[in-house]
Amino acid sequence: MTSETGSNVEIKIVPVTPFGFPDFRELLEYRDLLYFLIWRNIRVAYAQSVGGLGWAVVQPALQVLIFSLVFGGLLKLDPGDGVPYPLFSTAAVIPWTYMSGAMSMGSSALVSNSGMLGKIYFPRLIFLLNPTLGGLVNFFISLFFMIAVMVFYQVEVTSQLLFFPALVVLMVLTPLGISLWLSSLTIRFRDMRIMMSHLIRALVYFVPVMYPSSQVPDHLRQWYIINPFVGIVEGYRSCLLGEAMHWDSLAWSIGVALVLLITGAIYFRRMERIIVDVI
Amino acid sequence: MNIIEVSNLSKCYRIGSPSDLNAAESNKFIRLLKGPLNNYRKYKSLYTFTEAELSDPKPRKDILWALRDISFAVQPGEAVGLVGANGAGKSTLLKVISRITPPTRGSVLLRGRVSCLIEVGTGFHPELTGRENIYLSSTVLGMRKREVDRKIDEIIDFSGVEKFIDTPVKRYSSGMSVRLAFAVMAHLEPEILVIDEVLAVGDAEFQRKCLNKMGSVGKEGRTVLFVSHNMAAVTRLCDRALLIRNGQVVLDSSAADVVHHHVSAGTDDPTFREWRSLDDSPGDDSVRLRAVRIVNESGSQISDPVSSEPMGIQMTYDVLEEGHLLSPYITVVSEAGIDLFSSASQSDTETTVEKNPGRYVNTVWIPANLLAEGTHYVRVVMRSIKKKSRPFSERDVIAFNVIDHSEFGPGASWWEGRASGIIRPTLNWSSEYMPPAMILED
Repeated sequence: MTSETGSNVEIKIVPVTPFGFPDFRELLEYRDLLYFLIWRNIRVAYAQSVGGLGWAVVQPALQVLIFSLVFGGLLKLDPGDGVPYPLFSTAAVIPWTYMSGAMSMGSSALVSNSGMLGKIYFPRLIFLLNPTLGGLVNFFISLFFMIAVMVFYQVEVTSQLLFFPALVVLMVLTPLGISLWLSSLTIRFRDMRIMMSHLIRALVYFVPVMYPSSQVPDHLRQWYIINPFVGIVEGYRSCLLGEAMHWDSLAWSIGVALVLLITGAIYFRRMERIIVDVI
Repeated sequence: MNIIEVSNLSKCYRIGSPSDLNAAESNKFIRLLKGPLNNYRKYKSLYTFTEAELSDPKPRKDILWALRDISFAVQPGEAVGLVGANGAGKSTLLKVISRITPPTRGSVLLRGRVSCLIEVGTGFHPELTGRENIYLSSTVLGMRKREVDRKIDEIIDFSGVEKFIDTPVKRYSSGMSVRLAFAVMAHLEPEILVIDEVLAVGDAEFQRKCLNKMGSVGKEGRTVLFVSHNMAAVTRLCDRALLIRNGQVVLDSSAADVVHHHVSAGTDDPTFREWRSLDDSPGDDSVRLRAVRIVNESGSQISDPVSSEPMGIQMTYDVLEEGHLLSPYITVVSEAGIDLFSSASQSDTETTVEKNPGRYVNTVWIPANLLAEGTHYVRVVMRSIKKKSRPFSERDVIAFNVIDHSEFGPGASWWEGRASGIIRPTLNWSSEYMPPAMILED
């Protein structure tokens, strides 16, 4: 009757304490569950669809097509430095698709799983890690589209590409930090749910996805770059297209992401146990 | 060393206070402005309690103590039943122990892995195949992937849905998915198993399979916490039980003792009811019910009927007026509220001869080997035939537990799912034999 983890497990259940960090060792114990949940979401999302994971490429491709027709073709928007608009757009649409998706799914993760919250215990953080890490699968598949566009426009790869892994990490951590805050707030204030979709839709105009950030007036840039998504999107463009890195916006991104993550983790840990009683 | 230690555990909930509703109409505008702030305070107060509120000696209207100062310890290998009425706090206690909801005060120490079965099929997704759902549900319930890898064949085998194991669960019948879900649960290997009313789903045969599997769980030395309204199941599965009333443990004793206490609501014996005063007794001016009891063959009162022996339900009533055609009958009702059968006296005089004033004692004999195991309730009714009325009709006037010790009973381990059904009569079988030569005609 010995289970594999041995019987030396000791769990102490006490009332909620105001400060502390999530139990990362426990999280590690549940990594198989995280794996299966991510896998489930992918399976279910593409169940009975012929295209399957191919949709991960089609969705951003359509977005780029629309942006290119409207902004590149109709409004004749020039990204500068002789970069063709579709290339310019793809480099931003792909990380933005991931981030907006991770943010909206992560923020509603607790509400949409509230049924399970009351029935079974496992680290609640898994609900948030599921969309944030699960979304990466789509992200990496959509990179094939990015590569195709880069090959088509014969982009020369520079040593800037070495920043790519670091940008992926930053791209994951920022929506995660926001989800940590919003997911538990959404449970308590249902208003947040309605606001979230509007916020994300509005946010795209404050991030240089459709237009180059050089269009933002210089005196406003110091405010503009506080938005952590600006640094990430600019970073992707620089890294993939070989432009100079924008260190000012990137520094803000890193700073804001860290603050959101640390405060979010503390807040989430306090709220994760209470939410069942508040739902 | 104790495997579960619960110390001074309390859990409070904030319940709505009527003060919000009483605000005057004129304040409406101000209240609208203050709305968001008040809402915020209200939400916050849902889960925060000040020390002053908690230690207030007077009972407060806005705080519900779902659990109050509960302490107990469980030894490894013990099977402990939690017994109590609805809303007594049993489920809250399980939810705190399984870490679904935090305690307000006090603590729980668990020395081992816990698996919590509050619902059948937790984590199941209809789009996934049976095999995929086994992996998903097992990991949700706390297993590691390599443990599932090792047991998957055994689980599939136990579930009995091998043929459909690679078909999406949405195409399963509900019975099939329940069987699959239970197969997963039955193969968990935690040190502590927490079970809440899972047995309430599924058909009788399935419930029995659950009970048998759980009985074997206990024998393997696993610690079990078990909440159920099925008193027979508690008696058989648990060595010990806690009676919970108003969020407190009022009795910690052997399972049989606690079940008896619970069914008898603490003081009376549920298998016996008597009305000492004529005025309080059910009935009208013509007839009054005075007592209902259970007797054995020799006529003495008993409280623990055994299914292998005949039992009598005895009703005593006083006829007060002349000139009425009075005919009593009884109905035996199962635990699930189903009328099992009704019976009226078969004698001709009952419906044709008026009863003289005086005391009457009627006994209905229930043959041996008719009732299935479980709690049964009795309804006694008096019909007044000429008046076309019912002077009394008493529901649940007594309740009794039948325990089936026979080899066909649910405790029998040699054949899982044996003798299902809400009654278990012993019937005569006839048997004929034909040697092969006689079948092979033509």
